Formats: sequence, C-alpha cells, structure tokens
Amino acid sequence: MEYKISNRLRIGAIILMILGALGVGYGFMDSHKSFEDIETMLNEESHHGEVSEVATVEEAHGASHAEGDHSDGSHVDEHKAHVEHVLHQVHNRPWSALYVAGFFFFMIALGVLAFYAIQHAAQAGWSPVLFRVMEGITSYVLPGGILLLLVAFFADSHVFIWLTDGMTTEGSPNYDALVANKSGWLNKTGFFIRAIIFLAGWSAYQYFSRKFSLAQDNADINDKSNFKKNFRISAGFLVFFIYTESIMSWDWIMSVDPHWFSTLFGWYVLSGMLVCGITVIAMVTVYLKSKGLLEHVNDSHIHDLAKFMFGFSIFWTYLWFSQFMLIWYSNIPEEVTYFITRINDFKLPFFGMVAMNFLFPLLLLMNSDFKRVNWFVIMTGIVILCGHYLDIFNMIMPATVGDRWFIGIPEISSILFFAGLFIFLVFTSLGKYPLLAKGNPFVKESENFHY
Amino acid sequence: MEASKVIHAIYTDDDVLMSAVKTVKAEKHHIEEVYTPFPVHGLDKAMGLAPTRLAITAFIYGCIGISVAFAMMNFIMIKDWPQDIGGKPSFSYLENMPAFVPIMFELTVFFAAHLMVITFYLRSRMWPFKDAENPDPRTTDDHFLMEIAVHNNEESLTNLLKSTGAVEINIIDKDEDAH
Repeated sequence: MEYKISNRLRIGAIILMILGALGVGYGFMDSHKSFEDIETMLNEESHHGEVSEVATVEEAHGASHAEGDHSDGSHVDEHKAHVEHVLHQVHNRPWSALYVAGFFFFMIALGVLAFYAIQHAAQAGWSPVLFRVMEGITSYVLPGGILLLLVAFFADSHVFIWLTDGMTTEGSPNYDALVANKSGWLNKTGFFIRAIIFLAGWSAYQYFSRKFSLAQDNADINDKSNFKKNFRISAGFLVFFIYTESIMSWDWIMSVDPHWFSTLFGWYVLSGMLVCGITVIAMVTVYLKSKGLLEHVNDSHIHDLAKFMFGFSIFWTYLWFSQFMLIWYSNIPEEVTYFITRINDFKLPFFGMVAMNFLFPLLLLMNSDFKRVNWFVIMTGIVILCGHYLDIFNMIMPATVGDRWFIGIPEISSILFFAGLFIFLVFTSLGKYPLLAKGNPFVKESENFHY
Repeated sequence: MEASKVIHAIYTDDDVLMSAVKTVKAEKHHIEEVYTPFPVHGLDKAMGLAPTRLAITAFIYGCIGISVAFAMMNFIMIKDWPQDIGGKPSFSYLENMPAFVPIMFELTVFFAAHLMVITFYLRSRMWPFKDAENPDPRTTDDHFLMEIAVHNNEESLTNLLKSTGAVEINIIDKDEDAH
C-alpha cells in the first residue's frame, strides 16, 4: 500500500527545524562573548561561592587587567590563560552541540544502512517486509552526511583542537609534539578527502541497493538478477563499511582528543550505531502500522527487532566496559585522563548513560512477551535513543567544552533541528515507493514469519 | 483413574504430525504425550501445553550467581586478604568493582546455564540410570508417535487417526505392560 507523508507530520517536522534553527542561532549569539564578559562571568561565579576571598583576588586581577597593569607577572598570565581557556570553551559550545546532534542522526541512518546490507548479504527470510522502511531511513545518509561535514568544516578548531593554528609548527606557543607527529594523518585536507570517499561509498551503496530493490519489484517472476546484484553489492559494501566505519570513528570522533586513542573505538561506535538504527526501524514500523499500513508486519517482526535492540544494547555495554576496564586497570596517565575528565566533570551523563543504555534495555526487554508489545518497544526505544545521544555527547563535549557543559538551548535546539530534518527526509522518501518489496524472493517467507 | 488403555499413532513427517495434533485437539481428545526424534516448532502450542517456566528459574539462578560472585570476591579480595588491585589500594569493593565485573558476569552465566539444564532434566524426570519412557525406539530415529488415552472409543479414535495420515495405529494395554 502507498504511503504519503501526512501534512501534520510535514508541518511538525518543519516547525521542529525552524525552532531548532532559531535556537541554534540564539546559541551562537549567546556564545559570542568577549574576554571581559568571561572575566565578569567568572567573577560572578566565584561570588556565588562562599569563598569571598577568592572573589576579591579575582576582582583585583580584573581591575589590574583593565588598567593594563601587568606588573604582578605570572599570576596575571595564569589568570589570563584561564579566562582565555574558558572563552574558547564557551565559543566551542554551539558548534559542538550542532556536531553532536548532527552525528547522532547521521549515525542512525548509517546504522540502518549497515543492518540493511547484513539482511541482504545473509539473505534473511524474516526481514524483507521491513526493507522499504530501512530504505526510507537510509535516504538520510547523503544529505545528513553532507550537512555533518559542513558543520565539521566550519566548526574547524572549535570541535577539532588539532586544527588550531600553530599546533604543528615548531616554535609556536600552540606547538604540540604529539599532534605534530600525527599531522600526516590528522590534517584538514586529509580529513575531508577521507570523509568524501567514505560518504561517496556509503551513498553509492544506498543508491544502488534501493535501485535494484525497486527494479526487482517490476521484474519478471523468473528474473532474479536484481536480487543477486543486491546480494553481491551488499557483501562488497560490508567489507568497505567495516574499514571505513572504523576510520570514520577515529577521524570524526576520537580525534577530538588527539592525544588519546583506543583500539576498539570503531567497534564501540558501530555498536551504538546499530542499536540506534534498529530502534528507529522499530519506531518507524510501529508508526506506519498505527496508520494501518505495513499490513504484513506482525508482532513477530517487532519481537525480532526488539531482540536485536536488546542484544546490541548488551553488545554496546560489553564494548563500553571493555574499553573502560582496561584503561582503568592499567592506569596509564595518557589514557586514563580520558575517563578522569568524564567522571569528574560529566558524572551524571557518564553514569546516567550506562543506566539508560544497559540497565533499562536489560530489565525492560528481557521478558519475551514485552518484546511483542508495541508501545513498550517504543518507550524503551526512546530511553535507548536518549542514552545514545548522551553517549555521543560524552565522546565530544569533554574535549571541546570541558566543565562548561550543559544540556540547554544550543544542545536541545540542535537536536530539534536535526530531528525535524530527519523526519522530513525519511518520511518523504518513504512515501515515494510502495511499502512492500514484493519482488524479493523471500517476501512470502517474511509475510508468514512467526515466532 | 488413569486410562489403562492408550492408542499409539505413528507418523513419519512432522508437518503431518502437526496437522494431526490440531485435528485431534479440535475433536476434543486429550493427547497424553507426543514422542519426536527432534524438537518440532510450535508443537507445544498445538498440544495446548502450559508455557514453560524455565526462563523464570534461569533469571533466579542468574541472580543467585551474581550474589555468589559478589560475596566470594568480597571475601577473597577485600576481607580475608585485602589486595592492592592495579596500584589502587582502596580496599573497597565498590571502588575495585571494574576488576570484579568479569567474574560477576561469568558466575551469573555459569549458575544460570548449569542450574537451568539440571532443572530441565529433573522437571522432565530424567536422571542417570533411568529407564527410557519411550514406547517405541523408532521415535529416536525418524518416526513420530502420538499417545492418546482410550475411553471405550477405540473405533472412532482409530478412524480419526487414520484420516489424519497415521501410518500405524496400535492399541496398548498399559496395565499389562506394567506387570
């Protein structure tokens, strides 16, 4: 049956985008602070604390600085450096908020693309009734990816500290030997060349897999050539994907902390990507079913999606914990600083995310019967999505805004903007083609699938 | 009183067996037991058996496992012989917990898996040196056997079972078997 995006949904998505854009704009205006603004802000903050003595010292510094009196040497320099550091963090915040939200929604589409390729490569019999839903969601990969790269391009050193001027030039005050050693890989040209190759490869697979899937619908009953082509390109794509996804996670996320590295980071990002993607497949499916569409999708399909949500949540926890435990155990300063920042300054999002991404799905989705209750899957899905937004938040924010983080207008507006765009593009794309991939040779098996 | 006479209908295909079970249930006969060489998907539902409670026991065993791991590690590593773990001599269970998580996980799985298997065997009344209850050795190879109690309705039952595709129908007197 055909689906057309309803006017209500379209208008809702556009309102989300406008609200988000306004909020993002406000975030940038609000962060446009000068050195003096930050100095006053810090003074006020120390006024609020009970240590009034510190405040007076700070005030004295402020006064001396305003008069241009630098006579008390290193103390003033230290103060200046601190204010400048905070100034950078405040400037970085709206960029980071935009980047985190942009990556989060892009990662959902990319996770669905990988899951879709696995279904084709495995010649899965249960899932063909969901293929059109997956194809609709993956249509976000190209526009979402381009937008994310534009954010990265303009955010520059606001998100990627290794792009700071002089960081790789010997003799510069910003010189950093470790980053300079990595500059053969970590440089802006290389970053965008790789990013464009990745995005081109992923979008090409997205384009051709959908093309073959649609062509199979109209092909002769004995002509399975499009199905076979889809099988081949899916297998090839998965090989390309697992390399590029890993490298993407180093480039786009791990490099915000250029001194730190983790060898399982690619897997870790992948697991979060897959669990979000499958959650969104389940949500879109339940939404379309509530409209009386997707009549071939039954509770057993939802049950299987919920099983994957459960399984990949555990997998995510396994990788999160593996990364954490090894670094905690060995306690090497250059590695452990990553978690010390997060535990000191990000306690609530850091541990809250583990509860939302592990304990909630573990306890809520353990019971087999609950996995068949649609509204239950949606509620758990919302918790999982919020938890994985926090996961991305925890990957980026400690490196860019430090303890100046908050989930306020810039963050929420960025989420609203990208959510609106995601809903608009995905549901428009869902409305373009029939919702049943009727040419797929396994579609009969999928329609009769029961647990 | 238990029925002393039972009828054994033998089938050679699991699909035929499934539709036979459905027909017999629709005719309101009580199926005592079905013996199959391999698990037949959906047979329990077709026979109207109550859902298994094995999953609940598995959850309970898992909880016992994690508690045992907690108590054991707390005694060994914190109380009895306090250990300096990874250069962090905090001697507190909570602060050293990342090091104990793998053990907590493993013992949870160990307890849940082993005790669940043992529970399954006991619940199925299987233990070492027990004689097989299986009435016909062919059900361990490629035949399926349905056992139905007979209450003076041999003829109608036989006809019904024949119509469902049974390849062989035997009437067994259980009392004589027992002697």
